[in-house]
Parts: sequence; C-alpha cells; structure tokens
Amino acid sequence: MSIVISAEGLGKQYILQHQTGSRYIALRDVVAEGFRKLVRSATTWAEAPTESKERFWALNDVSFKISAGERVGIIGRNGAGKSTLLKVLSRITDPTTGKVTLRGRVASLLEVGTGFHPELTGRENIFLNGAILGMGRSEILKKFDEIVAFAEVERFLDTPVKRFSSGMYVRLAFSVAAHLEVEILIVDEVLAVGDMQFQKKCIGRMEEIAGSGRSILFVSHNMATITSLCNRCILLESGKIAADGAPSEVILKYYSGGSASPAAFDLATSNRRIGDGFAQLLSGEIKDLEGRILHEPDIAQSFVISMRYRVAESMDVKAVPNFHVYRADGTCAFIVMAPNADSVSPGIYSASCIVPPRFLNDGGYFVGLALTSFTRFGHVVNFFEQSALSFNVRDPRESEAETYGYGGPIPGAVRPLLEWKIERLQ
Amino acid sequence: MASSSQTIVIEAGRSERHYWRDLWKYRELFYLLAWRDILVRYKQTAIGIAWSVLRPLLTMAIFTFVFGKIAKLPSDGVPYPVLVFAAMLPWQFFSNTVTEGSGSLIQNANIISKVYFPRIIIPIGAVVVSAVDFLISLALLSLLMIWYQFVPDWRILLLPVFLFLAIIVSIGLILWLSALNVKYRDFRYVVPFLVQIGLYVSPVGFSSSIIPEQWRLLYSANPMVGVIDGFRWSILGGEGTLYWPGFALSVAIAMLLLASGIWYFRRTERSFADVI
Repeated sequence: MSIVISAEGLGKQYILQHQTGSRYIALRDVVAEGFRKLVRSATTWAEAPTESKERFWALNDVSFKISAGERVGIIGRNGAGKSTLLKVLSRITDPTTGKVTLRGRVASLLEVGTGFHPELTGRENIFLNGAILGMGRSEILKKFDEIVAFAEVERFLDTPVKRFSSGMYVRLAFSVAAHLEVEILIVDEVLAVGDMQFQKKCIGRMEEIAGSGRSILFVSHNMATITSLCNRCILLESGKIAADGAPSEVILKYYSGGSASPAAFDLATSNRRIGDGFAQLLSGEIKDLEGRILHEPDIAQSFVISMRYRVAESMDVKAVPNFHVYRADGTCAFIVMAPNADSVSPGIYSASCIVPPRFLNDGGYFVGLALTSFTRFGHVVNFFEQSALSFNVRDPRESEAETYGYGGPIPGAVRPLLEWKIERLQ
Repeated sequence: MASSSQTIVIEAGRSERHYWRDLWKYRELFYLLAWRDILVRYKQTAIGIAWSVLRPLLTMAIFTFVFGKIAKLPSDGVPYPVLVFAAMLPWQFFSNTVTEGSGSLIQNANIISKVYFPRIIIPIGAVVVSAVDFLISLALLSLLMIWYQFVPDWRILLLPVFLFLAIIVSIGLILWLSALNVKYRDFRYVVPFLVQIGLYVSPVGFSSSIIPEQWRLLYSANPMVGVIDGFRWSILGGEGTLYWPGFALSVAIAMLLLASGIWYFRRTERSFADVI
C-alpha cells in the first residue's frame, strides 16, 4: 500500500497569555505594555520582568504514516490535540516543528456546512460550500443531482437555508462533503449531528469512500462509530501518540487511562474507599481458571470475573453482587446478578462468576463491580465502581472453518457458536 | 483519479511554497465568495440595489451644495456636480473597498478556522463587490454628463489606468488593515475614522488645484490624490492638467503600499486561524 500521509515529528506550540482573557489583543494594551517596558528599562530599579506567557505544546513530536485505504480513528480526551492535529493536516494552521507529506487531494470536513450562508438558497449554498471544500464548478454540476438526492431536500432547493430545519441543513451540508472526490478525507466529529437514520447513511457513505481506496482520518468521541468505521485507531494524550493500533485495543487503553493492569486492582494499597457503611469494595480481578491474572482472554477460553468486598454490619438484607460488562464503544454487553444470595454476617467475601468460552465477541470490555442490597422496601446500591476492570477478548481467527478466512471486523457483543442445520430441500 | 500525483508538503516555517499557484487554483472560490457577498448585500433590504444609486447621488448633492454653493470653491469651468462626481467615483470605490475589506477576515472567521485556502482572496474579494457599485456609479456619471451636455475627449480612454491605480491603493491598504484587524480588533474603530478623514484630506469635494503650489507634492503623498486627480483629468478633459510630479509620487506610494501589504499579509496569515 502506498503511504498517503506521513507526519514526522509534528509539533504545534501555542502561547497562552494569562493577563488577557480574550484571544486577540487590543492595540491599546500593546501600546501601554510597550510604554511600561520603556519606562521600566529607563529606570534603574528593575529589569523588565519576563511576561507570564505560558508555552503549551498542543502537539508534541507526533509521527505516523497512513496508507491508502486506511480508515484511521483519532481519539483522546478534550485538549489532547485531536483538533489541532486535524488543523495542521488540513493546512489551516502551521506546525511549529516537523513535517507532513500529503499525497493526493485533501478535503477537510471540520464542521458541517462551513461557509453556508443563511440568506442564500440551498442551490446557491451547494455551489458555495463545494467551492469552499475545494470542488470545481464543473465537478459540482456533475454531482449536483446526486448531492440533492442524498440530502433529500429536492423540494427546498430554492429556499434560503435559514428557513431549513436543522436536520435539513445538516443533511445538505453533509451530502456536499460526502461527494468530494478526494484521496484523503479529514473528518471531525461531524456525525454527531442529524437523526439516527441519516447518521447511518453517512457512515455507509464513508465506508463506501474508504472502500474505494481513499483514506479517512476521523476524530470522534463516539467509540461505536470508531469501531464500526475505522480499521486503525490512534490515541492522543497531551499532544503525543499514546497508542496506535487496532481500534478495540486502543479504545481499551483510552478507557483504562493507560494504567498498567486494568485487569486487576487492589484497594488495600490505596486510600480510596468505595462503598457505604454497610459494604466496601476491596479488589477486583479478571483471571483464568487457574487464578492467573488475565488481560487478554482468548475467544475460546473461559475466564473469571471476581471481586472481594467487606461487609461491616449484620443486616437483614439480601446483599447481591452484580457485574456490568460494557463494550469498549460504550454499549452494554450484559449485566449479571448472583442468584440465591442471602443475608450476610460481617466479614470479607469473594464473589466470582465464570464467563463461558465462545460467548463474548472479540474486542475490549469494561467491567463495573457492584453490590446491591435488597430489602422488603426496595434496594440500596452499596457500591458501584464503573469500568473498574477491563479485558480484551482476542480472536486469533485460526479456524478457517468458521470465518472462511475473513479477517475484517465482526460486529456485535456476542459471538456464540450456534447449532446450524443446512439441508438440501430440492 | 487525475490529481493523485499531487503532493503537498507542510513544514514548520514555510507552509506555502505553491502560494501563487494555489491562488490560481482557488480562483473559483474567489469568484464564488465575491458573488455571495454581492448576492447577500442587499437581501432583506427594502429598496435593494437602489442603494447603490442613491448613496453616490446624495453624497454628490451634499458636496455640490457645501463646497460649490456655500464655500464657492472654484470648479475650473466644469459643472460642479460633474467635478464632484468624477472624484466620487474612485473615492466611493476606495472607501467601500476599505470598509468592507478591512473587516472581511473577521467576518469570514468561521471559514478561515475550518478550511484551507489562500487567505488573500477574502480581502481582495471586497474589490469585486465594490466594483459593482463602481459600474453603477459610472453609469450615473454618464447620465449626469449627458444632462450637462459635457463631452469628454480622448483622455477618457485612459480611465482604466487610473482605475487600476485605485485598485492597487485599495488592495494595498486592505491587506494591511484586514491583517491588522485580525490581531488588533481596535482597527474596527480606526477604519471608519480613517475613511472619514480621508474624505476631507482627499480632493473629493474640491479640486486639488486649490492646494498651494509649494504643498502639492507633499499633498500627493496621499495616493488617493493621484487617483482622484487622474480620474478628473481623464473624465473632465479640457484645460484640466495633471500635476505629474505629484502623480508619480502617488503611484510610487501606491506600489509601496501594495508591496508592503502583501509582505505583511503573507507574514501574518499563517497564524490567522490561531488568533481569529
């Protein structure tokens, strides 16, 4: 595969000015500051103090290579440098250090409907927006009908867009962008808008684009979109690349905050206290059947989710341990509750359950650990630690018989082995 | 895909090696942005494009009244309204361009912070918008000249040369002002003030022949003096003469303004998206 984007040692530095609240400077302040400096240097008692400017690297030594046809998701917390990276790649702002080589036409879609003018009609805005995104007039004319059909706004073409509903506006804006003929498409969080149906359409369109050998760089906070759309994921942390690889693994790392072993924790060594007066969580583990800590269970392997907790009081309640298992994209895989729990006396308890083999799909998972007390009057959550543990189900895809050599992502929370029957009827 | 061989290198310190080539590539965006500004300009106004007719006519009437009738300034034998209008033509073009152009980057902040294109097309677009008003005013002047039965001579053919000079002065100034406006929002207040003062220090309401001889060269350091004198010279014809040393100085200053404007704009435009 040919490399279409190669970034070497990319850095972007911003200078934060603390004294002024606004992003731009008033000339008055510059003049006043200059005058003050002049006065200071003229008097002997003080050397002009250095200004309280803080230098801040929004991107720091970022290097990566992206091949044609790759769909790369970029994730990270707010302020990690995602948007800055997209801005540098789309040439909106200059890097402070480093170099990027882009091979092919680039279109950046950092916002839906950039340059849309509310007073202009839908038709006029298609041309305007197209030109802003880098399409020539003839190219827009060629795609005009396709764009209009995709946006489903045929009847409103000659209405000023200020009278459009927000849904129509977004649909029109996205469909202009979706019909760009470029080799590299840079997209920032634009799918967070529009109704579900249109979002699906957009993702479908982007898959189509990627399928035709073009590359997509995609920033999103929606992990479900990242996992379904991207085949590679880059995690940015304070301007640096913290992880780069398969989406499920990188997303897992993102959620676990990069900690050493999210597959096990012990609160004995920390002074955190999770729980109420009745019960406290002590530790949690993902382990194999022999009791070894297990970070990445094989899809064909059973493993154990367990926790220890202390019960401080004796009460006439049913204390029920329960585990909440979420996929890395934030969707719930399952929630289990221990059956037949009874009232308990004070002491330290361990609760565990076995996850059978061939049950969960491959990918990253988070486990929330909880204890709930049921009384005659209702229930009380004694503790609930979300994302306390994580694990990554691996699927080596060794068995040809199952996937027929298919190596792409298989969606879904479960991957059961079901009993199939194929019969010849005629 | 046809353009797949295209390679862009972004490097710290020198982003745009292909700036002028890019400028050509983005010419369609330039047309479209100018077209948008023209289209939007009079939307939701009651009399629409009639403003372009009304504004110069009213200004001309006031100037003729104040300078011609009350102050009784000399008109070198031309009807005073024609004298004023011949100067109003470049002046209004200039002042419209500067007023629109200097705030243009701020107005288009949303595009600048989201998409790449050579930023220079935004302020220069203001010239195209003002050119529409200029053409309307030119038609008005022709009507006025027919009314006064005033026939220009061969010099009218040189009008495009002086228009070109007016464009150079305007672009030079708006490149400075629009770029400065991004960084120092004070220029929002400075520009209307500059334009207002300019109207009185430029020979719009009067002929520059009333300036004492020893000050004329210095007076021509205002490049709009050269432009307006040139317009009068070519439109009014007859015995009007052009003060050549002054005109040469105006041209030189206009060129300097343009060159320095481009230099300053290019130097600062890479940080526009960070501060706008």
